[in-house]
Amino acid sequence: MILKNLLSEKRAAILERWFEMVLDSYPADTSSFLKQQKNQFANPVGAAISQGINGIFEELLSGKDSDTIPAFLDNIIRVRAVQDFTPSQAVAFIFHLKKVIREELEKEISENQISDELFAIEARIDKMAMLSFDIYVKCREKIYDIKANELRNMTFRLLQRANLICELSEPEQALIGSKNLNVKRKEVTK
Amino acid sequence: MAKLEKPEELIKIDHTPPKKDWMDTPAEFKEGMYCWGAKGKDLKILDFPNARDWSPKEEDWKLPENWKDTILEAMADRLSKYRSFRLFMDICVRCGACADKCHFFIGGGDPKNMPVLRAELMRSVYRKYHTTGGKIFGKTAGARELTLDVLKEWWYYFYQCTECRRCSVFCPYGIDTAEITMMGREFMNLLGLNTGWISGPVANCYMKGNHLGLEPHAIMNSIEGMIDDIETITGIRVNPSFNRKGAEILFVTPSGDLFADPGTFTCMGYLMLFHELGIDYTWSTYASEGGNFGFFTSNETAKRLNSKIYAEAKRLGVKWIIGGECGHMWRVLSQYMDTWNGPADFLEVPKSPITGTVFDNAKSMKMVHVTEFTADLIKNGKLKLDPRRNDNLKVTYHDSCNTARGMGLLEEPRYIINNVCNHFYEMPDNTIREQTFCCGSGTGLNASENMELRMRGGLPRANAVKHVRDQHGVNMLANICAIDRATLSASMDYWVPGVKVTGVHELVANALIMKGEKERETDLRGEPLPGKEGKE
Ligand code: SF4
Ligand code: SF4
Repeated sequence: MILKNLLSEKRAAILERWFEMVLDSYPADTSSFLKQQKNQFANPVGAAISQGINGIFEELLSGKDSDTIPAFLDNIIRVRAVQDFTPSQAVAFIFHLKKVIREELEKEISENQISDELFAIEARIDKMAMLSFDIYVKCREKIYDIKANELRNMTFRLLQRANLICELSEPEQALIGSKNLNVKRKEVTK
Repeated sequence: MAKLEKPEELIKIDHTPPKKDWMDTPAEFKEGMYCWGAKGKDLKILDFPNARDWSPKEEDWKLPENWKDTILEAMADRLSKYRSFRLFMDICVRCGACADKCHFFIGGGDPKNMPVLRAELMRSVYRKYHTTGGKIFGKTAGARELTLDVLKEWWYYFYQCTECRRCSVFCPYGIDTAEITMMGREFMNLLGLNTGWISGPVANCYMKGNHLGLEPHAIMNSIEGMIDDIETITGIRVNPSFNRKGAEILFVTPSGDLFADPGTFTCMGYLMLFHELGIDYTWSTYASEGGNFGFFTSNETAKRLNSKIYAEAKRLGVKWIIGGECGHMWRVLSQYMDTWNGPADFLEVPKSPITGTVFDNAKSMKMVHVTEFTADLIKNGKLKLDPRRNDNLKVTYHDSCNTARGMGLLEEPRYIINNVCNHFYEMPDNTIREQTFCCGSGTGLNASENMELRMRGGLPRANAVKHVRDQHGVNMLANICAIDRATLSASMDYWVPGVKVTGVHELVANALIMKGEKERETDLRGEPLPGKEGKE
C-alpha cells in the first residue's frame, strides 16, 4: 500500500516524465508540437499518447486488471504501428514507466521496505508489455488485411461481371464481408 | 566477464533521432511510405520522357545524363511562366503558421512533412540558382545545389503531399504549398520519375477514356448489373442511354463509381434519381472518366486528358453537363477546364429542366456538380423523400479537400443529407469545411504499397470521425468524392472500425420515393431497411 500511495502522490510528476520520454522518440520539432498543441483534433497523436498513459497509470493504481487497459494501450500502439518505429520501439513506451517510477521514487524506494510492492507493480507492467506485443501484431495484421481487401474490392465487380466469379455461398460472403451479393441478379451477363 | 547491464539500462532504448540540419539528412526510403515506380510501357503510351521500368528502391534510377539541366531549365521556364510560382519561392517568411497543419506531419511526425519544410526542399534549390544571396552565400542563405540526393528527397516528399491545400488556409501570405508540390512533380515527370499508380491510370485514360481502362461494353455491362440490382430492390427498371446524340444533358462521373463498392451504390443513386426525374440525359462511354490523374503528373497531361469532356459534349450535341461526386475531378473542372479547353460556347448556361433554376455559377464552365443539381431539386420540393429509410444511419460528413477548399462546395451536400437523413452530426469545427482534413490518400497516393503513409495521413480525419462515433454513435461517413469512398473505407477499417463510408447520392436514392415502386425491403446495399429486419 505504501508504494501505491507514493505513486498516487507523485502522479503528476510521473506522468509528465513518462509523457516526455515517449515524445523523445520523435524528432525535436515534432515532439515540441506534440507537447504544446493541446487541441485533440489538431494533435491526435499527442492526445492519444497523453490520454493513453493517463489511463494506463490509473489502471495500474487501481490494482485491478480491468477491460479498459487494452483500449488505452491500443490508442497509443495503433498510432506507433504505422509510424517510423521498429516493433520494439513501438511498444518500448510501456517499459519506460518502470524507469520513470524508479527514478521518481528513488529515495522512497531505498528508504522504505517496498521491494515486494515494487516487484508486483513491475510484474503488472510486464504483463501490459506482453499485451502490447499482441496489440502491435494485430495492428500490423490489419494493415496487411486492408491492402489485400483493397485489391479485392477494386477487381471484384469486374471479375464478377466478366463471369469469372460465381455467386458465393453464405460463409464465403461473410468472409468477404459484402452483403451486396445478397441482391440476386437475373443472371450474370457474358 | 562482460559487464552486465542493470535492468533500467537494458530498457533504456534511446531512439531520439539525432539533431542534424535538415539539409544534411538525405531522405531514407522507408517501406510503406512510397509508391512503386512507373512502368516503361505506360510512360511510352503517354510519350513521357525517359520511358523505362524503374524502382525507387534501387540505387540507380536510370536517369538521363543531363537530368540536372533538364530540371533547372524547367524551373527557369516555369518561373518565367507562372508568377505565382516565383512568388511562392520568394515570399515565405518562415513564420511557421503552416508547419503543424499538414495531416502527414500531424499523423506521422516527420518534420519534412511540415509544409514550410516541404516547400523549402525546392526553395533551397531555387535560391542557389536564382537569387544573388543564394549564389554567393550558399547554405548560410538557405541555398543548396541540386544533387541526386536532393532529387530523391524531392521525389520522396512531393509524393507525400496530397496537394490538399490545408496549409495554405493558415498562411498569412496565402502561399499554396500544393502548387509547389505540383511543380515538383511536374519537374520529376520530365525525368520519367512517375509512380506506377498514377501513370498506369493516366495511360489507361489516354487510351480508353477512363482510369480503369474499361472499354464501352464493360462500362455498359457494369451499369446493366446496377440496373438489375435497382430492379430487385425497387421493382423499377431504369433505362439510361449511352452515347446518345441530341440528349439535353451529358453525365460524367469518376470511373471508380462504376466498379468499386461503395462507389457503385452512389452510381445506382444517380441512375435512380435521373430516372425518377425523367430528364433527357446520356452517359458517355468515351468521356467515361471525370477524374484526372494527369493532374498529378503535369499541367499538359491534365489538359490532354480533360479535353475529351467538352469534345464529347460537342459530338453528342448536348446543352450542358452534370458531373458526379468526385473531388479532384472538380478541382480540375472548376479551376482549369474552361481555360484549358474552353470556351465551351457551343453549350448553354446550365438550367435545371425540372426547376428552371439557372446555374449562373457554371455560366462559363457549363458543368454542374450533381449535389448542386440535387440540392436545388430538394429546395424546390421536386423530390418525394422518406428520410426514415435512412434511420439506421447516424451520418457525419467529410468535406473533400478539393470540393471544399478548391470550389467552396460546402452547403449543398449538407443540405441534401439533412433532407434525406434524420440523424446528422458534424465533426469538430477545426476538422471540417475550409479546415477539413484530407482523407490522406489523394493525388494518386491511394495505392496499397504505401499504406503506412496513408494511415498516418488519414489519422487526423479518422480521429474526428472517432469523436462523433463515440459521442453520437455515428456509423456512416458521407462524402462526395470517389477517392474518398475507397480510401476512407480503408482508413475507417484501421482507425474507427464500425464506421462505413457512403456517397451522398446513395443516401438520396435510399430515401427517394419513386413513382410505382414496390415496397422496399432493403437499402441499396441489400441490407434490411429500418423496421424490415428479420424479414427475408
Ligand atoms: S497541401 Fe496538404 S498535404 Fe501538401 S503540405 Fe499542404 S497540408 Fe500537407
Ligand atoms: S505560413 Fe506561409 S509564410 Fe509562414 S512558413 Fe508557412 S508558407 Fe511560409
